[in-house]
Amino acid sequence: MNWITKVTPPGLKTMLAKKDTPDDLWVKCPLSGELVYKTDLEENWHVTPAGAHLRISPRTRLRLLFDDERWEPLALPSVPHDPLKFKDDKPYPSRLKAAKAKIAARDKKESENGGAPIIQEDCMVAAYGKIGGVPTVVLVQDFAFMGGSLGMAAGEGFVAAAQMALARKAGFVVCTASGGARMQEGTLSLMQMPRTTLAINELAEAKLPYIVLLTDPTSGGVSASYAMLGDIHIAEPGAMIAFSGPRVIEQTIRESLPKGFQRSEFLREKGQVDIVCDRRKLKDTISNVLSMLMPNVRRAEDRLPVSLTPPKTHAAKTPNKSKGSSA
Amino acid sequence: MTTTYLEFEKPIAELDAKISELEALASSKEGPSITDELKKLKAKSSKQLKDMYSDLSAWRKTLVARHPDRPHLSDFIENIFDDFEELAGDRVFGNDEAIMGGLARFKGRPVVIIGHEKGRTIEKRLKHNFGMAHPEGYRKAVRLMEMAEKFNLPVLSFPDTSGAYPGKGGEERGQAEAIARGTQRGLSLGVPFVTLIIGEGMSGGAIGIAAANKVLMMEHAIYSVISPEGCASILYRDAAKAKDAADAMKITAPDLLKTKVIDGVVKEPVGGAHRDPKRAMAAAAKALDEALQELEGLSPSELRTQRKERFYAIGREGL
Repeated sequence: MNWITKVTPPGLKTMLAKKDTPDDLWVKCPLSGELVYKTDLEENWHVTPAGAHLRISPRTRLRLLFDDERWEPLALPSVPHDPLKFKDDKPYPSRLKAAKAKIAARDKKESENGGAPIIQEDCMVAAYGKIGGVPTVVLVQDFAFMGGSLGMAAGEGFVAAAQMALARKAGFVVCTASGGARMQEGTLSLMQMPRTTLAINELAEAKLPYIVLLTDPTSGGVSASYAMLGDIHIAEPGAMIAFSGPRVIEQTIRESLPKGFQRSEFLREKGQVDIVCDRRKLKDTISNVLSMLMPNVRRAEDRLPVSLTPPKTHAAKTPNKSKGSSA
Repeated sequence: MTTTYLEFEKPIAELDAKISELEALASSKEGPSITDELKKLKAKSSKQLKDMYSDLSAWRKTLVARHPDRPHLSDFIENIFDDFEELAGDRVFGNDEAIMGGLARFKGRPVVIIGHEKGRTIEKRLKHNFGMAHPEGYRKAVRLMEMAEKFNLPVLSFPDTSGAYPGKGGEERGQAEAIARGTQRGLSLGVPFVTLIIGEGMSGGAIGIAAANKVLMMEHAIYSVISPEGCASILYRDAAKAKDAADAMKITAPDLLKTKVIDGVVKEPVGGAHRDPKRAMAAAAKALDEALQELEGLSPSELRTQRKERFYAIGREGL
């Protein structure tokens, strides 16, 4: 018996001990271990009271960033599936199929209350809308889809989304989340590192801002290409951001790594990240920097042909300002 | 002739041992029967070697690519370049010995060389960190690319690495960013840039110096997103399945030529570059010279456009 169990009232104790709690009602905070009511969590964009930033879906990310939760979904090009006829325990196409089914089920659930549609064929979701009035293409990488791995679909999707930003003279915000390259596509996945970099160079030539939002986790070939080439690097608190993951390093150097190593705050200290930003303030922060990097576009916003799909109905899920959030 | 046989070369090793035994015998006892036998055995050995190397599996190529006697960057520098002047340091933190660079003359013209050096002896391997670079290596590469652009010199790069070093210091100093900048600088160069993968071209560690106008590979080199062992331990959860992973990932030069990841293959002598390094390097020099000649007439913007079209085309056609 520790002090917490001593001070916890008996009623709460049985509640905490209850084993048949439905999975979707309470979520355990990875930082404090406390159980958080799912509705509270959703109202806080999946940030726990202790500050843990839980992974969120592309749809939630788009709702968080775009003005009025409105956007135009952008279709990304289709690519050859399984170019290498890759097989490990399972054939690659069946892994893709399973990942797609999982994503479709999640989105069905998340769009029960309406909302603008999203188009997701692989781990990248792109949409066009306004952030603080600034026209922006947002590309969200989905860790839930095969670990957000960078393959031809993701690479080609990145190039296409960047070029759509170029065509619409919009800002480009990429939310990274990936374990790295998709091994099932071999060297073709490695080629996505220079290919995505070319698209970044095109944006740079047009002097359009490219903002990277680093979310948990971002590593491998993704961090060694487009994740580290932004004009501005913003990271969510506590996100793991690395080239080699901590396990690989510990195996190589045979010592354990200090606490906080390769986390957002560490990367800021080491000069790789500009801003570590609470998710509930992200929209304000991104819109602030975008409006300063694209001052002319903002003033001319009424000229822009934006036709966005409005949310049908939405349970009010904007963050509660009285809880110290400014979003 | 090599002294280190790979495991799959065991039949060749046995034949060669027999041959040298007979040769020793022949020098003491002259006789037509021994000479005939020697001739037969030598023919058998070279035929077996030829057959074996004409159809190497991806895993066997991996072993050949890592062969300790395989020509390394320093051998190329010594054999196919003149007047090499090594240039060191990233001007920020230090000098990374895993990526060497410098100025040299290549068939008369001055060029900038960038590449991995693995080292051959124990001391050299430690000095060069087995060819596994830190951020400083990629930052030195960027610095040298910028100098090449300023003085209008072509860049030749030679990836030969099992990957960028997964260490604490490297992570602290921005390994990922350093690699990304290397790729980015290579893509924006206004001078001819040719890459020759001489051994292992593994992962981001290689691509950081390989975003070139033309990418060539030695016949038995490998080029991949992850080592076969790494892929096996992640996807198959068994590092012993590296052989299967090597096959599945299509990491050999002929495979990559088909998917247009590379533009050309430099044929190696029978039995691999390590059996006749001079000939292997001469063939490489010829291929590099031809590749450079094709690019030398292009303007800076044409070179950038060619590179852009080259990489954008990968995966869009021919799969």
